[in-house]
Amino acid sequence: MSMSTLPTTRTTPVVLPGTRAALWLFGTVALCLAAYYFIGVDQGATSVFGNSMYIHEFVHDARHFLGFPCH
Amino acid sequence: MERRFIVRGLLVGAIGGLLAFVFARIFAEPQIQRAIDYESGRDAAQAVLDKAAGLTAETAGPDLFSRTIQANVGIGVGMIAFGAAMGGLYAVAYALACGRTGKLRPRNLALLVALGGFLGFYLIPFIKYPANPPAIGHEETIRDRSGLYLVMVVSSIAFLVLAVWLGQRLKPRFGNWNATLLAALACAVAIGIVMALLPSLGHLHANVEQFGRHPTETPLPLKDPQGRIVYPGFPADVLFNFRFYSVAAQAILWAAIGLCFAPLAERLFAETAQAPGTAPEPVTA
Repeated sequence: MSMSTLPTTRTTPVVLPGTRAALWLFGTVALCLAAYYFIGVDQGATSVFGNSMYIHEFVHDARHFLGFPCH
Repeated sequence: MERRFIVRGLLVGAIGGLLAFVFARIFAEPQIQRAIDYESGRDAAQAVLDKAAGLTAETAGPDLFSRTIQANVGIGVGMIAFGAAMGGLYAVAYALACGRTGKLRPRNLALLVALGGFLGFYLIPFIKYPANPPAIGHEETIRDRSGLYLVMVVSSIAFLVLAVWLGQRLKPRFGNWNATLLAALACAVAIGIVMALLPSLGHLHANVEQFGRHPTETPLPLKDPQGRIVYPGFPADVLFNFRFYSVAAQAILWAAIGLCFAPLAERLFAETAQAPGTAPEPVTA
């Protein structure tokens, strides 16, 4: 399963052939979703670092402005 | 190859976040300050009413971060980190979409994936549960509101992905144009059903019990026991401005991601097309 599609200059070929890419993709997705969680959700509905409000208060304005529910 | 996409995605995401932050600092912060001023004034009026009714006022906790930190550093870190996270997810979505979404030039695909991100991560959920400035939102419903918002985000993204898949399935039969329209229509209907089924925030149990059935949690005028208004409801113009700027900031963020990523993707494809066979792995990145 290498670059089977002809890489013409006009259209996009399949660029993710093998399982080697999967690790990078899953890693990136996990990392980005963690960032999404900490900026948007943590210390509101739920909290992974106990009951402190430091992350919530620090990104408070961003959380409101990015559309997440806030207190 | 995937690594080069991801690094570029994170980078353009951070750039988009930076631009959105500059916009937010100039346009959103004054609205946020007005909302906080409203909240303080309302709390003071409530305290006077409570005192008259013989209730002891609850003391507010100390601020963990000053308003100056929140309005300058906090929002910047939050928006740039959010932008980078969206850029990373965008790069993954782009790499997966390549070669699986019909005949599209790399540049056009970059813009379409960014449009999908804007719709799925922000605009469609916003239609049901719009962004709110401070002073709106009751403490006791935060869990429900966060859950409902995330359900809306997840279903928006899921239905957009399904629509792309459906469009590809319909293409041989109806042609490119009609298949795209049919898939978009199916997606709109499905998301519309989800929106109709999910409750409005004002209809949450705790809110109905305390305030009656209202569409949102936006503060109503504060009344004394005789029913006279002693403090006005939340100013409509502040609410509109805040929400409008919120949409604008996300549009800036996703436009920056799409427009910056497009030439980078085009160049990456040109490089790999020049060296066919084994895809060259970059030493760095």
